[in-house]
Amino acid sequence: MARSGAAASSPASVTGDGARSDATSLTREQKLELYYFMRLTRSLEERLVNLYRQTKVVGGLFRSLGQEADAVGSAYALDRSKGDMLSPLIRNLGSMLVQGAKPNEIIKQYMAKGDSPTRGRELNIHYGDLERGFIGQISHLGDMVPVMAGVTLSFKMRRQNRVGLVYVGDGATSTGAFHEGINFAAVQRCPLVVIVENNGYAYSTPLRKQTAAKQLVDKAIGYGIAGEQADGNDVIATYEVTKRAVDRARSGGGVTLIELITYRRKGHAEHDNQSYVPAGEIDRWAKENDPIDRYAARLNDEGVGAPELAAIDARVQSEIDEATDEAEASPMPDPTDALVGLYADPPAVAPLWFRQGIKSAVEVHERPASWGTHDV
Amino acid sequence: MSEITYLEAIREALFEEMERDANVFCLGEDIGAYGGAFKVTEGLMAKYGEERVIDTPISEAAIIGAAAGAAHMGMRPVCEMQFIDFISTGYDMLTNYVATARYRAMLPCPMVVRGPSGGYVRGGPFHSQNPEAAFLHTPGLKIVYPATASDAKGLLKSAIRDDDCVLYFEHKYLYRRIKEEMPSGDHLTPIGKARIAREGRDVSIITYASTVWKALEAAEQVEKEDGLSVEVVDLRTLLPMDDDAITATVKKTNRVLIVHEDTRTGGVAGEITARITENAFEWLDAPILRVTAADVPLPYSPPLEDYVLPQTSDIVLALRKLAAY
Ligand SMILES: Cc1ncc(C[n+]2csc(CCOP(=O)(O)OP(=O)(O)O)c2C)c(N)n1
Ligand SMILES: [Mg+2]
Repeated sequence: MARSGAAASSPASVTGDGARSDATSLTREQKLELYYFMRLTRSLEERLVNLYRQTKVVGGLFRSLGQEADAVGSAYALDRSKGDMLSPLIRNLGSMLVQGAKPNEIIKQYMAKGDSPTRGRELNIHYGDLERGFIGQISHLGDMVPVMAGVTLSFKMRRQNRVGLVYVGDGATSTGAFHEGINFAAVQRCPLVVIVENNGYAYSTPLRKQTAAKQLVDKAIGYGIAGEQADGNDVIATYEVTKRAVDRARSGGGVTLIELITYRRKGHAEHDNQSYVPAGEIDRWAKENDPIDRYAARLNDEGVGAPELAAIDARVQSEIDEATDEAEASPMPDPTDALVGLYADPPAVAPLWFRQGIKSAVEVHERPASWGTHDV
Repeated sequence: MSEITYLEAIREALFEEMERDANVFCLGEDIGAYGGAFKVTEGLMAKYGEERVIDTPISEAAIIGAAAGAAHMGMRPVCEMQFIDFISTGYDMLTNYVATARYRAMLPCPMVVRGPSGGYVRGGPFHSQNPEAAFLHTPGLKIVYPATASDAKGLLKSAIRDDDCVLYFEHKYLYRRIKEEMPSGDHLTPIGKARIAREGRDVSIITYASTVWKALEAAEQVEKEDGLSVEVVDLRTLLPMDDDAITATVKKTNRVLIVHEDTRTGGVAGEITARITENAFEWLDAPILRVTAADVPLPYSPPLEDYVLPQTSDIVLALRKLAAY
């Protein structure tokens, strides 16, 4: 079984001064593109935080602060020109952006707008686009593993040269769907890469309460598939380990499980105060192992000057400003659109008897905070 | 004694039952140190320790299956689903294993599966579900769904003491919005008994959970505006269903509206309708009407969610139609 990176059993053991990953074949331009996507992910989430505080976001807000490298680096290893596909999880905004998701779509989703990709039906980053090659997750953890097993099974059946990638968190590895899906894909030798993002926690639950395994990558042995582990806060290492798995899948080598070691610096969602995290842990990761800081330093060493990165930051900001303006100006959905599109045929269900000719049964649409999980 | 919320009432029931019976223990995701996603179990681990308040892996089938095993051995487990929507991943365990255990193998399953349910909170299709209809069709399970804080407490205590598996749905919209003083002493609400939430003569509304409050609102409105006297029956328990209470209200008002938040087709209202036609058809002066959610997954955006879910104005409209029939 191939192994790379620190054989860490806890994320804390890969903190430090940011050891350099192996050399990479990425060009200078590609490297700057990685930086762009990481910065876009972070700044877009920061904008969403502002909108959330202005109560313009409906529902919860989920951050990937500190995990931008693992999302961006892994998705970047897919070949979009070949039609590779991925299915993201809640921390994979960066992966979706790499795959072609647009900031205005993300903001509209969070604001529950009528012209958001799901037309206001689904929340946050729960959406997909077959054209661009990503399939939207549902909340039920692990469910996307069997789905992506099927997507990649179709690649195999049609002799297509395509690869699929699916993300799960450390917590989601405990679900039945994860187990059944990865085992199915392994037996079928589907061209599938399974990325386990080990960010130390599932909501409040630390890894040691999730599994008795020493490390999550060990699960690959039981499924009879390749397993690799890498430093998820090193975007180049993340890219390289995923690229190897993608190449393996494309050449008929079947499924790879990759454990990326990272850390969730924000709460499960914006309302979570992280009372369960040991003192100092978050600060240590922020100071010593921020994926963007680390990567900027590396680029700097390689001769990319600060002004060049600052120019990318500025471009990101203006893109987000533009996306925000567009999203804010977008309309909320038309209530009766709720009845459209349940089946291919009929195209809409009929309104119930007490709603004949009635567009809205309430005068104001209440905006409760975060599903009532906490006092406001 | 001071008033406590619906959520605090659930917590109080857990504390009291864990104190009373050492066999009672809780298991679920993030229920211990964190106190649960909604903080229902806050303080429980501090008092009863990690052995009786277990933070589990994300494995609903294992939570429910392990509870069944422990229950066979005389324990009284209380499982939390972080959101009741995730009970679907334990559906096999509940319907095939748990529900049949006593009948098929004389194995008792005194356990509770509880969790935050229901919509009106912009939770979208996977944090808003009402799963009662999926289990109503399974003989061997009991289902309760309280609408008030005192019933939240009393039904949970009864569910924990029940010798069979009780699905205990708690409405997250009500968690922090309603408050009540708890009855003193060891407060138990009987399983299988409905409650008259409001007495009336002209029309009956049969409902449960969140829509009890919408029914009461509508009843008040039509009393003021139309002089109608509306009775509101809060079922509290869906399985076994309180046929006596249903029949009694039909005989009293002769006009029935059934209201629930869950979707329409195959929902609880259909079952109630059938029972009324079997038990009290000749007492009806009007067709039985239903106000329910539309038959679609629950969308997230406020205008869409408010369109799909039943609202007070829908109930008012239906009451007027029934009264005029
Ligand atoms: C089957 C299922 N059970 C419970 C939940 C509730 N839930 C949502 S996210 C989460 C924690 C997820 O942790 P992890 O898989 O490590 O992902 P992370 O949030 O850390 O990225 C839980 C328990 C769910 N979504 N699905
Ligand atoms: Mg995690």
